[in-house]
Amino acid sequence: MIVLSKEKLPIQREQDVILFRNRIKELATKTGMSLVNQTKLITAASELVRNMLRYGGGGVTQLEIVSKNSIPGVRLTFKDEGPGIPDVQQAMKDGFSTGKSLGLGLPGAKRLVNEFDIKSEPGKGTTVTITRWKNGL
Amino acid sequence: MNKDTAAYLKGKKKQILETWMHNQVQDAALRDDLMSVAELQQQSEEFLSALLNAFGTPEAEDTQSAGYEPINDILSEIAISRARQGFSPRETNTYILSLKQVLSQQLEEFLSDNTALLYREILSMNSIMDSLAVIAMETYIKGREEVILRQTNEMSEISTPVIRVWEGILALPIIGTLDSARTQVVMEALLEEIVATGSRIAILDISGVPTVDSLVAQHLIKTVSAARLMGAECVISGIRAEIAQTIVHLGIDLTNIYTKASLASALKMAFSMLNIQVTRGSKQNTGF
Repeated sequence: MIVLSKEKLPIQREQDVILFRNRIKELATKTGMSLVNQTKLITAASELVRNMLRYGGGGVTQLEIVSKNSIPGVRLTFKDEGPGIPDVQQAMKDGFSTGKSLGLGLPGAKRLVNEFDIKSEPGKGTTVTITRWKNGL
Repeated sequence: MNKDTAAYLKGKKKQILETWMHNQVQDAALRDDLMSVAELQQQSEEFLSALLNAFGTPEAEDTQSAGYEPINDILSEIAISRARQGFSPRETNTYILSLKQVLSQQLEEFLSDNTALLYREILSMNSIMDSLAVIAMETYIKGREEVILRQTNEMSEISTPVIRVWEGILALPIIGTLDSARTQVVMEALLEEIVATGSRIAILDISGVPTVDSLVAQHLIKTVSAARLMGAECVISGIRAEIAQTIVHLGIDLTNIYTKASLASALKMAFSMLNIQVTRGSKQNTGF
């Protein structure tokens, strides 16, 4: 996999989310991703960035255009230094929420992207990486 | 700054002001469309006399000292008013920095025989003017931010109208991002209007919502439940194809809610729920 472009965006307030989503849309358009794939990626990113704001107290996102076997895609990394998730497996289940939300954020985001990776250490923070390829496979 | 230098500059105030004004008026970038020359003259004079007074104080080089308070006040006022009037950052900053040039000229005339002192005085004058320019920039940006904040508030109010499309049917076109604060405004407006008009059906149109994630969906579900408690049924319309797919993948359950692809089909559904029939009349009776 080759990284074609890379940038970082800090997320501290709810207003940053809108800027972040617009930036993803620009990147996804650049790779030639279809509207459905774009919407899925943006929605997944929206879920994760909200989690980051709500539970992690904000953090930094990294936006990359990557290429594998000459198929382009967008890879996003969400890194916070919040309290971390004690039981990642439980958090990945539909309907589980420590807040009062629907509990679909993490599992839903996983279903909306092609590659999903979560690392969390209680007390240290959480890092989520997602990738969606242009062809959606 | 040296006492003698400060006193000399103070004595030359009239000349300095004249040259500075001359330079400003000559400048091609002068915005006489935004501010008259007389106004500019008054503003400049006020600023210059405060500045020359501050040069004479013992802590002339510390722009945070008490002697600079009146200057900082005047400067903030100038910067904020310019931000509101629509001056560009460059124009605002040039205003302060153009004075630097004039002051340098005066210092050169006064201290032409003492290069070492001239060098020191110019350095000290420069550092003062630079920090004043920074202050001006900061306040300018603050002024701009105020404008943006006000517009944001205005926008969220404008973009949540409740429209009465028919006897007993309300429509609520939601445009933009639906965050918690917006939902509160939308829900309040809708519930109030339901009471005021006694409507039985409300159509929430989300054509203008760019992203529907689980939080937005949750807000919608809450709004629908609240409306139901008041005896009104909600129809969500404007669900685009890509949003429908995303909602399914996310796993959001909207089966208990009436949804339609377009506002037109939602209206049609509302008509049938209220048992209203819309028929095409014969041509002679249309009045067109």
